[in-house]
Amino acid sequence: MTIADYAFWLFSICVIVGGFCTVISRNPVHSVLWLILAFLSAAGLFVLLGAEFVAMLLIIVYVGAVAVLFLFVVMMLDVDFAELKAGMAKYLPLSLLIGVILLMQLGIVFGPWEFSDSAQSLRAAVTPEDTHNTAALGLILYDQYFLLFQLSGLILLVAMIGAIVLTLRHRKDIKRQNVLEQMWRDPADAMELKDVKPGQGL
Amino acid sequence: MTEFFTTTYLGITLLTLGQVLAVVVPLLVALAFLLYADRKIWAAVQLRRGPNVVGIFGLLQSFADFIKYAVKEIVYPAGSDKVVFLLAPMVSLVMALIAWAVIPFNDGWVVSDLNVAILYVMAVSSLEVYGVIMGGWASNSKYPFLGSLRSAAQMISYEVSLGLIIIGIIITTGSMNFGDIVMAQDGKYGIFSWYWLPHFPMLFLFLISAMAETNRPPFDLPEAESELVAGYQVEYSSTPFLLFMIGEYVAIVLMCALVSLLFLGGWLSPIPGLPDGIVWMLLKICFVFFIFSMVKAISPRYRYDQLMRIGWKVFLPMSLIWVVLVSFLAKFELFGGAYARWAIGG
Repeated sequence: MTIADYAFWLFSICVIVGGFCTVISRNPVHSVLWLILAFLSAAGLFVLLGAEFVAMLLIIVYVGAVAVLFLFVVMMLDVDFAELKAGMAKYLPLSLLIGVILLMQLGIVFGPWEFSDSAQSLRAAVTPEDTHNTAALGLILYDQYFLLFQLSGLILLVAMIGAIVLTLRHRKDIKRQNVLEQMWRDPADAMELKDVKPGQGL
Repeated sequence: MTEFFTTTYLGITLLTLGQVLAVVVPLLVALAFLLYADRKIWAAVQLRRGPNVVGIFGLLQSFADFIKYAVKEIVYPAGSDKVVFLLAPMVSLVMALIAWAVIPFNDGWVVSDLNVAILYVMAVSSLEVYGVIMGGWASNSKYPFLGSLRSAAQMISYEVSLGLIIIGIIITTGSMNFGDIVMAQDGKYGIFSWYWLPHFPMLFLFLISAMAETNRPPFDLPEAESELVAGYQVEYSSTPFLLFMIGEYVAIVLMCALVSLLFLGGWLSPIPGLPDGIVWMLLKICFVFFIFSMVKAISPRYRYDQLMRIGWKVFLPMSLIWVVLVSFLAKFELFGGAYARWAIGG
């Protein structure tokens, strides 16, 4: 066993434990925290595969942004656990049925699965000799699949604009701040100094 | 002897452990004096004397504070989630410390020479937000919770512009390794070869974003002492509070190190002819930290909506335009190739 093997077992066990505890945790915030452990360990597995760029992106995007959003939403929800558990008995037969069907389908798929001799070598990171794998990834994305990459970016842009349009409401009845106006305000026309005589007032 | 440290598992483990300690121990000791310097500078600007009782000129003040925090009792709020409550400060400190693994102090003086070093720093600093969120949530109280939400929103917002500014540097260098980035700034003009000149506007954007990212004044809204009774840290006392505090300062010094590596040439000497070395790196970190302290002392706190506005509506478009501009300048190698240094950098 090399150090890489030990690291592999450590990360794999962490992924599985994290995923399992995500499902069985009673507290939804704990679930998200376990999910983050699973993400981090998955990133560790990517590093072991030699895909350090993907590992870092996984952490930055999933752990740094997506999971934070999860955590925000879950923390602010006031979940009533008694109510959630009340429906358990009603839905149990249906969910068991779905589980069994899924298990059977997975069995059908993976039962006749066979590894070809070249599969293991194809799976290793294929990086050209004299470049880092980040540079190799960049060359593939921006040279070879440039059009597809740009198109997928466009689709994301359209989705983002769609989400903004759907939720945007212009409300006329609220006060808004005009920051530029606030910044250009001059003390001279905002206030006036008066010399008040004692006992007289203005 | 060298064979033992490079071939056997025990040797490699001991060597790595030694390297880690060689970074962390001096860092934490230096932090004690940086904290003292921070308070002294702040006091000097406000015409006070600052810490002056413990040790000569109050030099041992930080150590006295440390002992004071460490011997106090940890108070758990009623109904708090104890595990997460204690995990939060640990996450905060550990995430701040492990980012130092890829920071080089001199040519090759680095614990882990990663190809994706900058991305690693970004990834780790995006994890720092969890300490804040977990601490605020686990305290089971309104003030810490609201404070942690504000803080998390702020840290996430400014990571975006920090990332975009760094992309400009990566494009110019053609590498994400800190060693390559510093070597690309090595030129015959000394201080004028460094990236602060070609990336001039971004230096200030980076400094300001770094202050917002690390919750430093004038952007210390998460812990605004006068309004929010210290935000997510309200319920913390004793050692957990100390861990939060140290984590915050380690993150600040990390940002200082990043500024000196990315814009100020790292360990390169400013005058051509003088030898490069670790002294320059440390001097630059102290210089940037001095700027951080001065900004803390002389600027009033931002309003929260303006903080968000400047992050999303000013810094983000500016850094985005800068990325496009730098790509253009690098592609056509304008200004004598000042923006296209991958030939030099490697």
